[in-house]
Amino acid sequence: MNFNFTDEQEMLRKAVREFVEAEIAPKAAEWDEKDECPVELFPKMGQMGITGIFVPEEYGGAGLGHVERAICLEEISRHSAGLGIALMTHHLGTDPILKFGTPEQKEKYLPDIASGKKIAGLSVTEPGGGSDFMGQKATGELKDGKWVINGRKCFITNSAVADVDLWIVNTGTNEKGRPLLSTFIIDKDTPGHKPGRKENKLGLRGSVTGEIICTDVELGPEQLLGKVGDGAKAGMGAIGEVGRAGMAAISVGVLGACLELAVKFANERILYGKPIAKLQAIQFDVAETRVEYEAARLLLYRAASMKDAGIPCANEFSIAKYYASEAACRAAKRIMDMMGGYGVINEYPIGRYLRDAQAIIPAGGTTHIQKMIIGANTLAGK
Amino acid sequence: MSLKIAVCIKPVPDPDYYDQITIDPVRKTITRAGIPTIINPVDKNALEAALQIKEQVGGTVTVITMAPPNGEESLREMLAMGADEACLLTDRAFGGADTLATSYTLAQGLKKLGNFDLVFTGTESADGATSQVPSQLAEWLGMAHLWNVSEIKLKEDQAEDKVQELQAKMKIENGYIEYEVKLPAVLAVSRDLNTPRFTSIMGVMKAKKKPLTVFTVNDVDVDRTLIGLDGSPTKAGAVFTPSLSRKGERLTGDLDEVVEQLLQKLRAAGINLEIKSSSQGGR
Repeated sequence: MNFNFTDEQEMLRKAVREFVEAEIAPKAAEWDEKDECPVELFPKMGQMGITGIFVPEEYGGAGLGHVERAICLEEISRHSAGLGIALMTHHLGTDPILKFGTPEQKEKYLPDIASGKKIAGLSVTEPGGGSDFMGQKATGELKDGKWVINGRKCFITNSAVADVDLWIVNTGTNEKGRPLLSTFIIDKDTPGHKPGRKENKLGLRGSVTGEIICTDVELGPEQLLGKVGDGAKAGMGAIGEVGRAGMAAISVGVLGACLELAVKFANERILYGKPIAKLQAIQFDVAETRVEYEAARLLLYRAASMKDAGIPCANEFSIAKYYASEAACRAAKRIMDMMGGYGVINEYPIGRYLRDAQAIIPAGGTTHIQKMIIGANTLAGK
Repeated sequence: MSLKIAVCIKPVPDPDYYDQITIDPVRKTITRAGIPTIINPVDKNALEAALQIKEQVGGTVTVITMAPPNGEESLREMLAMGADEACLLTDRAFGGADTLATSYTLAQGLKKLGNFDLVFTGTESADGATSQVPSQLAEWLGMAHLWNVSEIKLKEDQAEDKVQELQAKMKIENGYIEYEVKLPAVLAVSRDLNTPRFTSIMGVMKAKKKPLTVFTVNDVDVDRTLIGLDGSPTKAGAVFTPSLSRKGERLTGDLDEVVEQLLQKLRAAGINLEIKSSSQGGR
C-alpha cells in the first residue's frame, strides 16, 4: 500500500493553496456574512484548472482525476466551505455530461464548463424529498418532436447562478411499471426555466441554494443526455461518486481548518502565565481533532483513488462522507468550546466552521441515508 | 525575433521555520538541513518579468539555481509557473559559498548554457539580503546591469527585427531613474515590477516533462579556487547572539526625590526633557 501523494499532487496542492490564500481566504468571511456566491472566481478557478479538473484536456480541462479534485476541494474548503459546495456542484453537473454526453454535447458544453466561463448544476431534489430519487414528480413529455419539461426542484445548489442546469425528470414508465428517469441539459435562459426562492441557510453561505422551476420548457432532442431511462444512472452515479466525494472533501477541509485554528489559538492564548497548549485538557481536544482529521482524510483519499482506478466506490464515499461530516461537526463544536468566550465571537471563524459542518450533513444525503447505504451494503457482503 | 532569457533563483528557508534555524559554529554558515525552503519571493517577480517578455516577443526562459539537490523542487515549481527549462548547479564543492563565489558559479553555469540576452534576478534574498549577487553576476558575464528595476519597456529594432535595447526604471530612495540599457543585461527586479502569476494545475502537470539539467563541478568550466567555501573571500568572524536582556532599577525616596532621580537619569541618557510652550501660552 502506498499512502503518499505523488510529487505532482503535492505541487498541485501547493499551487492551489497559494491561489486559495490569495483569492479566497481574505474574502471568505464576507461571502458568508453577505451570503454571496463569488461567481467572478469561477473563470479564475478555470485558469487554475480547478473548475475542469477531471475534464479531459481535449475539452480544455486539466485531464486529472478525483484525488486531484479532492485536493482542490479540501484546500478551498479550509477557508470557504461555501465556495467549496458551489464548486463541488459545478463538478456534479459536469460528470453526467462526461459520462453520457454525445460528442456534440461535450463539444458544446465542456470547454466553457472547464474554463469556468459557465457554471454547472444538477437539479434532482424536489419538495417531496431528495432521497426519494425514483419518485421524481418533474416530468418530460415528448410532444411534436420536442421535450416539454415541467416541475419544481428545491434545495438546489447553484440554483440562481448555474448557466448549465441538468434536470432529472420522469419520462414515463417501463414495461414493469417502474419510473423511467431521464436527464436534460437546460441552458439558463431557456424560456420557462427560472430560479425561484433563494434559501437563507445556516451554513455553507456563499453558495446559492434554492428552487428552480420549469414551466412548459421546450427542448430539442439534442438536449436529452444519454437515452430515455438513463437518468437514474446519471443522477445516482453523480451523487454517489462525485457528490458525496465532494462533500467528504469539503468536510476534510473544515476539519483541517478547525485543527489549524485550534493549534494557533492554543499556542497563543495565555492562561495562568502560559499558553493553554501546555494544559492536558487542551492537548486532548487537539489530539481528538487531529485523529478525526487524519481518519477522514484517509477515508476520502482511499475512496478517491478507487474512483480513479475505475473501482466501484459509492459505498466508500458514503463511509467517507458520513464519517468526515460528523467529525467536522464534532471538531468545530469541540474547538469552539476549547476557545471559551472567543469561540462565540464572530471575529473568529470557528462559528462559521460549525455552521458549515452542520450544513454539510444534509448535502448529498444525510447521515441517516449514508448509514442505510453502508448498512445495506455491509449486510449484503459488499 | 526572440530572446534567450535566464532567471536566477534561490531557495531560502521558509519564514515559518525561522525560529528553528541555527548557525553552524564552525563553518559560521546557516544550517539549512531539515528546514523547508521556499522560493525567494522576489525571484517570482523576476520569472514573471521573463515570462511577460517571452509572451511579448518570443523566446525561451531558463531558470537556474545553485543549491543542494533538493533545489530541484524549487526549479520544478518555476517550470510549473511557466519557465521552459531549468538548470541545477549542485555539488559539495559549491557549498559554503559567499556572494562572490556564488555569482561566479552561476555565471559559469549560465555561460555553459549559452549566450543569454537577458538575465533576471530578484533584488535580494530573504535570508542573506546582501543584494550583491546580481551586480557581481553582471561583472562576471560582462553585461550591463541595473538593480531595483520597477518598470521595463522593450525597444524593438524594426530593421533588425530584434530587441537590442530596453528602457528600465530603477527605483531609488526618493523617486526613479530611467535608463536605456543595451542587451545583454542583468536586471535585478523589485517587487513593484509586477504581480507574479499563480501556478496553474496544467502548469504543474507540464512541469514534469520539461527539461531539467543538473551540473556538478565537473560539468562547468570553473576555477576551483573561486568556488565554494575556499573560494569565498568573505569569512564570517564571530557569530554571537546579542544580549537583549533588560535591567531594572528601583528608585527610593519620597515622590519628589524619585522624580528628580528619574529626570537626572533620563538627562544622563541624552533624552531631551525640554517642554515646549504651547501656542495657547500654557505651561
